[in-house]
Amino acid sequence: MKEAALEVRGLTVRFALAGARQRVLQAVTDVSFSVPRGETLGIVGESGSGKSTIARALLRLVPASGGVAWFKGVDLLALKDEPLRAMREHLQIIFQDPLASLDPRMRVAQIIEEPLLEFRPRMDPRARRNRVLAMMERVGLLPAHLNRYPHEFSGGQAQRIGIARALVLEPELLVCDEPISALDVSIKSQIANLLKDLQLQLQLSVIFIAHDLAAVRFSCERVLVLYLGRVMEIAPRDALFSAPRHPYTQALLQSVPIADPKRARARLEAPIVGEIPSPLSPPSGCVFRTRCPIVQARCAEQVPQLRAVGASEVACHRAGEGPSER
Amino acid sequence: MKPPALHSPWQQARVQLYQRPLALAALTVLLAVVAVAVVGPLLSSYDFATPSWDEIYQAPSLRHWLGTDALGRDQLVRVLWGCRISLLVGVAASLVSVAIGVLWGATAGYAGGATDSMMMRFVDILYTVPFIPLVVVMTVLFGRNFLLVFVAIGAVSWLDIARIVRGQTLSLKQREFIEAARALGVRTPTMIVRHLVPNLIGVVIIYATLTVPTVILFEAFLSFLGLGVHAPLASLGSLVSDGADHLQSQPYLLTAPAVLLALIIACFSYLGDGLRDALDPRTHR
Amino acid sequence: MSNAPLLQVYDLSVSYPSRAGTICALDAVSLELSPGEFLGIVGESGSGKTQLLLAMLGLSAQGAQLSGSINYRGQELVGATERSLAAVRGRRIGMIFQDPMTALNPYLTVGTQLTEGVRVHYGLGRKAARRRAIELLEAVQIPEPERRLGQHPHELSGGMRQRVVIAMALICEPEILLADEPTTALDVTVQAQILALLRELRARTRAAIMLVTHDLGVIAEVADRVLVMYAGRVVEQAGVEQLFASARHPYTLGLRRSIADLDGPLPERLPSIGGNPPNPAALPPGCAFAPRCPQAFERCLSAPPPLVNIAPGHARACYFEGPLEALAP
Repeated sequence: MKEAALEVRGLTVRFALAGARQRVLQAVTDVSFSVPRGETLGIVGESGSGKSTIARALLRLVPASGGVAWFKGVDLLALKDEPLRAMREHLQIIFQDPLASLDPRMRVAQIIEEPLLEFRPRMDPRARRNRVLAMMERVGLLPAHLNRYPHEFSGGQAQRIGIARALVLEPELLVCDEPISALDVSIKSQIANLLKDLQLQLQLSVIFIAHDLAAVRFSCERVLVLYLGRVMEIAPRDALFSAPRHPYTQALLQSVPIADPKRARARLEAPIVGEIPSPLSPPSGCVFRTRCPIVQARCAEQVPQLRAVGASEVACHRAGEGPSER
Repeated sequence: MKPPALHSPWQQARVQLYQRPLALAALTVLLAVVAVAVVGPLLSSYDFATPSWDEIYQAPSLRHWLGTDALGRDQLVRVLWGCRISLLVGVAASLVSVAIGVLWGATAGYAGGATDSMMMRFVDILYTVPFIPLVVVMTVLFGRNFLLVFVAIGAVSWLDIARIVRGQTLSLKQREFIEAARALGVRTPTMIVRHLVPNLIGVVIIYATLTVPTVILFEAFLSFLGLGVHAPLASLGSLVSDGADHLQSQPYLLTAPAVLLALIIACFSYLGDGLRDALDPRTHR
Repeated sequence: MSNAPLLQVYDLSVSYPSRAGTICALDAVSLELSPGEFLGIVGESGSGKTQLLLAMLGLSAQGAQLSGSINYRGQELVGATERSLAAVRGRRIGMIFQDPMTALNPYLTVGTQLTEGVRVHYGLGRKAARRRAIELLEAVQIPEPERRLGQHPHELSGGMRQRVVIAMALICEPEILLADEPTTALDVTVQAQILALLRELRARTRAAIMLVTHDLGVIAEVADRVLVMYAGRVVEQAGVEQLFASARHPYTLGLRRSIADLDGPLPERLPSIGGNPPNPAALPPGCAFAPRCPQAFERCLSAPPPLVNIAPGHARACYFEGPLEALAP
């Protein structure tokens, strides 16, 4: 396998909630994965899966409770102060709500320029402006947009501004937190194409977080499936979509509406019952067991570890069993 | 039909303000008052301080449009000077208190945690200080001093602004563009200046505009008690105080300063309201 | 059972003044809804789809100008008095809003909100209303319905809240159910459950459903007929299988092709529609889709194309007659 740009082991994030009862929210538990250089890793999950928390923990926007994240030879999670700040040049993020992530009082030029001001303070203003213009062209914005304000743009254009800002320093790793979820349907594919192009041009390693499985299939070479803060399955794209091993992955794939009326009607029952349990009191053993169609007694007792089954890694006691045993 | 291109938030705010006739009228009146207060005394042949013993307590006439006071001084000139002083004190003390309040509140709000607690406890403690006795004590210690008035008023007015700015900063802190700036490694002082202050300016302008009438009234109150500006200088407050003493015999001495004081305060209040509607992003779209 | 349409909308236009000028939210929209039919309305932001639903119940914004006709069983709803509209709302036409958290009052219990409808429209007493509420909660597959009656919305999960909203819409047994993006705010696994529920409820109650969504997949799952909207106008109208098999409007085709698949060959680039969604305050004089349409020619810039039948049950609003090319990626 390719060299890893980012290697995460045992990432855990816990939030202590305010109040007398001292409850703890287990957002992310023991998550490990690696992002091969120049490739895109997709992280999929529904609400409460912890995928956005992983993004924020890696960017050190929320504190991690445990684990390591090896990036450029250092543990990202252990850095502090100046070394942490210096590392940020190589690690950037794009947010879900394009308009909310842009300062409404700043013009586009200032927004895209800001990273340069922070990390290249001695850069000549004209060179800076040229760099900004070059980046804008790459993401499909016009020079006329330089002096406009975020509210003057549509969602898709605003996301382009966010992408330009994130990439103007040419970071090695880009984390995309649901980059197309908030966009109109006709615009999603534009931005998905753009991200793919930019990844190739700039040789980025990307973490693509989404709940839209079809978008993940288009954009990612490897996919990680998250449920209630734990990894259920990690697999190369084709393996995950054609032969999902974990019951949750299977249910997820079966739940996605099919844009073909004949095939859609053939499917009558909802593939999965119940709802996601509260992260305040996750089920013992395998967190998916309360909704799993093939649950057994041991699922409540032992937390399944990730193990290799074919090309995938699966956290399920029963993965790899033949069909006759189900 | 193409809608007008609205670029900066300031341009949008200006358009909003133009749609509020009351605020515009208030602004116009204020500007007129300022113009008259600045230019008026220069055009008059009378001086606000020189007594003229044979002209005391004259009713309004063609020579003295508002009459004369106890020392024969032209009341019109004194009232205009009073405007100057009141406005000067009002605006200057407001600016000072806004500057202190914004920095205090933004720092407390952004820093959070123990720093925030400490800073806001300090504000709470200052709130409890009984103000008038303090000014009296200071006057006794340092004598009647124009600067004292500034300091006294400024020391109290910044508290409200600090609280408001802290509240706004707390909610701004949650917004995603602040998170985006943190992800860029922006340091705290830069964050406050580059991202927080521009987004706070709207709120600050509103409350600064609303602070001015409070300050003017407060100064008027101090003057009324005899603690404010000292003779021969007059503020609208001291003029009202003097006029009130002669309410029975020379009511004209009270009328002009009282009306002007009320007018200035009302105009600032309406302007502040209008600015709040214009600058509050929630009332848009 | 009679096949006379329950609801006939003819030439409905809605516009309202705003800071940016007059916004034309709907422009000459016509449609028919038959008993028991499931009509899907698909569109993006600025398409007017939500405004269409709101207009049905007289819930358009203050200052909105409505013209045209909405005829429900012979009763004209455009310009009707608030009293006659209130009699129709809930009782005959129910509505499911998009975000269950804002559709439910956080201070009232589920029971209070559920029984409000039946008590107003049917004058039921407390016990009878309670019984009916429990029936509905069972119908929408909420476990432990008696306990839920006493709970507040924040105590329920997203999927359950949406079920409560559906129960509220159904409690007076309306003939027509309007649903505004009922599953958009939900997880995909919960969405599958809610869609299955809607299908089952429709089979049981025979209500006609008008469902608005931006998701073509949802349309494929549940709709019988489809209306595609763009910039306040209907651009294509067809039976669901017809629409997916032989769409004839460049926008519909573009939309379908730009959606990534879960299976099938993986493209290098996703075909996409260029440009940006329309700005309702500044629509071009001709066809609103022309700036983004690969097939646009001069005629498209002159006036919006009328909705024209091209096959039985299939209509579209487009001037272009030739074969529709694949979109450039």
